[in-house]
Amino acid sequence: MQELQSLTEQALALVEEASDLAALDQVRVDYLGKKGQITALLKSLGKLSAEERPAAGAKINEAKQQVQAAINSRREAMEKAAIEEKLAKETIDVTLPGRGEDQGSMHPITRTLRRIEEIFQRLGFSVEQGPEVEGDYYNFEALNIPAHHPARAMHDTFYIDPSTVLRTHTSSVQIRTMEKTNPPLRIICPGRVYRCDSDVTHSPMFHQVEGLVIDEGVSFAHLKGCIDQFLKAFFEADVPVRFRPSYFPFTEPSAEADIQCTNCGGEGCRVCSGTGWLEILGCGMVHPNVFASCDIDSEKYSGFAFGLGVERMAMLRYGVNDLRLFFDNDLRFLKQF
Amino acid sequence: MKFSNAWLREWVNPDLTAQQLADQITMAGLEVDAVEPVAGAFSGVVVGEIIACEQHPDADKLRVCQVKGHPEGDMQVVCGAPNARVGIKIPFALVGAKLPGDFKIKKAKLRGVESFGMLCAQTELELGDDNDGIWELPSDAPTGTDLREYLLLDDSAIEVDLTPNRSDCLGVAGIAREVGVLNRCAVTEPTIEPVAPVIDESFPVSLMAEDACPRYVGRVIRNINVDAETPLWMQERLRRSGLRSIDPVVDVTNYVLLEFGQPMHAFDLAKLSGGIKVRMAEQGEKLTLLDEQEVELNADTLLIADEKGPLAIAGVMGGLDSSVTDSTQDIFLESAFFSPLAIAGKARSYGLHTDSSHRFERGVDYRLQEKAIERATQLLLDIVGGEPGPVHLREVTEAMPAERRINLRRARVQSGLGIDMPDSDIVEIITRLGLEKLSEDAEGWTFLVPSFRFDIAIEADLLEELARVYGYNRIPSVSFNAALDIVPRNEAIVAQSHLEQTLLARGYQEAITFSFIDREASAKFDPEVEPVALQNPISAELSVMRTTLMPGLVKALQYNLNRQQDRLRLFETGLRFVPAGEALKQERMIAGLIYGTRQPEGWTGSKDLVDFYDIKADVEALLAHYEADAEFTFAPAKHPALHPGQCAQVLRNGEPVGVLGALHPQLQKAFDLPKGAFLFELSLDGLGQAVIPAFAPLSKFPEVRRDLAILADVNTPVGQLAETAVQTAGEYLTDFNIFDVYQGKGIDFNRKSVAMGLTFQHPSRTLNDEEINAAVEAVVRELEQKYNASLR
Repeated sequence: MQELQSLTEQALALVEEASDLAALDQVRVDYLGKKGQITALLKSLGKLSAEERPAAGAKINEAKQQVQAAINSRREAMEKAAIEEKLAKETIDVTLPGRGEDQGSMHPITRTLRRIEEIFQRLGFSVEQGPEVEGDYYNFEALNIPAHHPARAMHDTFYIDPSTVLRTHTSSVQIRTMEKTNPPLRIICPGRVYRCDSDVTHSPMFHQVEGLVIDEGVSFAHLKGCIDQFLKAFFEADVPVRFRPSYFPFTEPSAEADIQCTNCGGEGCRVCSGTGWLEILGCGMVHPNVFASCDIDSEKYSGFAFGLGVERMAMLRYGVNDLRLFFDNDLRFLKQF
Repeated sequence: MKFSNAWLREWVNPDLTAQQLADQITMAGLEVDAVEPVAGAFSGVVVGEIIACEQHPDADKLRVCQVKGHPEGDMQVVCGAPNARVGIKIPFALVGAKLPGDFKIKKAKLRGVESFGMLCAQTELELGDDNDGIWELPSDAPTGTDLREYLLLDDSAIEVDLTPNRSDCLGVAGIAREVGVLNRCAVTEPTIEPVAPVIDESFPVSLMAEDACPRYVGRVIRNINVDAETPLWMQERLRRSGLRSIDPVVDVTNYVLLEFGQPMHAFDLAKLSGGIKVRMAEQGEKLTLLDEQEVELNADTLLIADEKGPLAIAGVMGGLDSSVTDSTQDIFLESAFFSPLAIAGKARSYGLHTDSSHRFERGVDYRLQEKAIERATQLLLDIVGGEPGPVHLREVTEAMPAERRINLRRARVQSGLGIDMPDSDIVEIITRLGLEKLSEDAEGWTFLVPSFRFDIAIEADLLEELARVYGYNRIPSVSFNAALDIVPRNEAIVAQSHLEQTLLARGYQEAITFSFIDREASAKFDPEVEPVALQNPISAELSVMRTTLMPGLVKALQYNLNRQQDRLRLFETGLRFVPAGEALKQERMIAGLIYGTRQPEGWTGSKDLVDFYDIKADVEALLAHYEADAEFTFAPAKHPALHPGQCAQVLRNGEPVGVLGALHPQLQKAFDLPKGAFLFELSLDGLGQAVIPAFAPLSKFPEVRRDLAILADVNTPVGQLAETAVQTAGEYLTDFNIFDVYQGKGIDFNRKSVAMGLTFQHPSRTLNDEEINAAVEAVVRELEQKYNASLR
């Protein structure tokens, strides 16, 4: 049995020395294989007495297990080292930028329009659209602005011919919608509008969102509630809103809504010309003459309308300081949104 | 409308500062644009009197004056003004005075002569435009009095930007009425006593266009003093309202215009012949106006004429020949009512806009004419004297504006405004505004609208008045109630935003370009279509409506290239305007442009430039939203803006819905683009609706793929080969793709090799080799027959 001990020690030493998986396997074959040296000892058990045999057999098996365990543990260590080496070789620079196309972005005007649409759509407003080259009737007449009305001078209209214009507001879509749909109505009409005016603060083309609510029992207090909530939702702030009497031929009473200057918080600054307030939209209760031109009974129904300038909203929301940037389409500008 | 705060205070004087008053009327709908001081900031300036004036010993242009006015006695002042002379009174800035611009007056020596102070011109005090020498004050100005005190300069000018409905506030009287209502305080009018005629002469007037002019008041005044001057107080009021003093007669008519809002006109009586005829113009009649321009009159223009011809465009501007001059002795005063409809738009049609037309087209109180003429007479007699004749009124009662009565229902105040207002407040507010309560019953009231409120005609107008005076900001903000009906939602409608998101994910930026473009650019991109032109464009560059979105995108590309941006992917959505016979098609489009390298510059990327197949992939990604691959085809096409060999039409079920391709090399050159640009433009309306997906069961049986390499003529479109292959391969073909196209070494120079992969699968069993071979052979046969193709 001394032989067993020395063989075991030899085998364990060889396991320790093995530098790769092949050497390790050679140890297994040499000592534990069918013709291995420790295995061979089992054959010598026959020479022992029946009493001695079990104990000697157990010892040999124990030695085999010991060597096998050492081989296993050594193999695992080797495999782990091999994987680690492979992983180390596969390491890349993760700080380099990713491959592929850059993400583009919406124009800030569209972004603002979508935001406005989203806020109103949650209240069940539908989005309506109409033509931009528009008949005088829809742009003016049906909105209670007859020919030569002084309010026409407020509009600086582009003419295609004496009875066709580029729409000066999206209020024309109100009329088209009222003609084809019966109340109750809740709509917004976003789109391009045109006025014959071009300087630092005026663009000959700009965007407007017209809103219209018609139902039974709609009052001026509802108009105020709607505008007030909308403006607070849009700016995500509890901005003070005030209403001033104004004049639009298609609403009566008419109002101009101002918000407290978002730049100075009402202290007075360059943005609000020192007044602390920013004119943000025009609104009012739908004029009975407008109802009449769309065959809606103004005794039964009432409603309110509002029109807001999208460029103004976008400028305030995103801090854009020059109207003209919106239509230059400068990539350096567009990519900021 | 601009007016002096002090003037208003003579009418109505609430306990408010000028700024508070401005804020108050702004919140009542009379938006104040500006509150400004009426003079520059100065102090230490008194009324001086020149008591001696001698030539400066050493300077031709200077005079040495002895000036009275300083509390410590006469002062010597060296003055360069040509009008400095003994006896005149002038603004005298004492030593220690401060003039506008923080300019301090000090003792000085001018060419060796000592000077104690300065004699001032109007401009030096910011008190007017007169810069021709020192300002000569009236001879009765009290010497030594502080000038600010004497001229009551501690005043401000308030400028109101009135909405077109509030013509009643185009005079101090109207503003005063409004302020009185808002503050519930008394309004005092100046007393206007009718002036008794001294002579009995009147000038005949005939109203020949009764609807346009139903009321005309005239008065003759003879022998006025031609040398009289407008008193300083009146000049100052005019100045503070933004009007220049001209001569006493014109100044008085302007003063009455500012005071009551009634435009008036004074004719030189000596230049009138026969009588006044208020009539429509004859087409082509000529008249030289006060501003010395000769106009050719249109037949829709109301005239004041006499026997010889036109004297004035009624309510707009007087004529030069009949106007009052510095030698006029006898005048004929006109105070008329012209109907807004008769005047509206007329001034503009002659390129004019006057204080008079501004008021008449918005509506002048049709009961005001006598009062205004009496007021003017009174002022004229005070200033220029003369002998007035009787007031001569011509009125066509039937043609006068109809009296307006309005019913106001109690319930409407609550339902329209959302407030409970006590009856007494309602009646109080409305009657203070000048309406007369005619009757009252259980439902509400009937009011009579005063002649000065052209804007009040219906019940809603009264609601606005109530809300305005009550205060818009005191009305509560309330959420509205509405029935929450579920509305149909068509799943087949492809949301524009989804298409946009697809392009954004493919690296596009959204652009917004003008809908009107340069006519030349339009002709370059779409020469066959005559675009819709604007009658009054801002500029030639923005003069026709676009018939395609391409020019705007190419212009944006050019703009960015000029700013060192050399890789661009832009898209835009919007209408194009295509004339179709008499009609105009306003079509919703989506268009895109790519330019520069295929990939953004990066450490892995290639420097390859974009080509046709890049933009085609973008178009295909858009079409994918329609779930109708089989319905879309691309066909070689021609488009004037695109390369003839790299242009395709997109068709859905054979109907054209758009184009894509390379920008035509000629246009590329015209726009100075160093590399090729690729564009697409699709009609959103034309693309139509999506097909809603219908599930097909998944087969459990294996699929089999066969690859074919076909040789075909180089000019045979692969699309046609593919279409034929798909049609011929039978019902078990589940997938088809082109995985290689090769031309060159190893094959005939006019042939190309097209490699296609065909995948077959049966829904309920395994396909056997014979079936697949038969299908593939059928494809090959068909390709051979149709396109003279062969297996490679």
